[in-house]
Amino acid sequence: MLKFLASAAAAAALVSAGAAHAQAAKLNDAQIAHIAYTAGNIDIAAGKQALAKSKDKAVREFASEMVRDHTAVNDKALALVKKLHVTPQDNPTSQALSKDAKAKLDSYAKLNGKAFDKAYADNEVAYHKTVNGALETQLIPGAQNAELKSLLETGLKLFKEHQAHAEHLAATLK
Amino acid sequence: MVLLVGAAALAAVSACSPASTQKTYVVTLKDLMFGPTPPETHVGDTIEWVNDDLFLHSATAQDKSFDVELKPGARVAMPLTKAGAFDFFCKYHPGMKGRLVVSP
Repeated sequence: MLKFLASAAAAAALVSAGAAHAQAAKLNDAQIAHIAYTAGNIDIAAGKQALAKSKDKAVREFASEMVRDHTAVNDKALALVKKLHVTPQDNPTSQALSKDAKAKLDSYAKLNGKAFDKAYADNEVAYHKTVNGALETQLIPGAQNAELKSLLETGLKLFKEHQAHAEHLAATLK
Repeated sequence: MVLLVGAAALAAVSACSPASTQKTYVVTLKDLMFGPTPPETHVGDTIEWVNDDLFLHSATAQDKSFDVELKPGARVAMPLTKAGAFDFFCKYHPGMKGRLVVSP
């Protein structure tokens, strides 16, 4: 009986993984572009909040870099979707990202000084990790258009650089 | 007047002529990477940094011998004035690295 339950649970997990995979595979380029653009915008908003709140030189330099780099990618993404006549399409993944980001911005708004700097840096590490994972396993493999795929690959390189930079920053703030 | 202009042009050419042994090497930055540096350079040569990327970068020597800011689309000429082996990186994206060897 126990064995049966265990195998039933494993099968259920597989089915659910399969369903998740099927859902991931269903993302179209318009949705993928929307998710990537949203992910960039979230980091821009976080960077702007840090520039408004932090007085730490290293934190401010990092935040400026995030705003500058992600604005550059998003400008390129906007130009690309225009060229391809694609309208980025809102979707549950983008909505979940935005909702989570809004909650973080609201909670960090209440922090000041070192507490804010640390929360921002730690979250930048976690956020870049999450987005890197999504780019690698979902968005890049799912993209059909070669130019979109190429821009996402540039985005992944950038996010990895930022993750390393964020880890360095977070370590110095401990 | 035409003659004068001609003379000025000649002067300009002759001023440049000693530079014929001095070379300019282009190093291109793209997709968050430095392109290859020349295997051999000499003092008096020039490195021309070309930023073909979307992002602001820098070419910054570890020992601070040089620190060149490179906006997207920028071409910046950097005369080589000092011999040595210089490890360099982008101060904004420190994963971007390269090495430049300058002989006397």
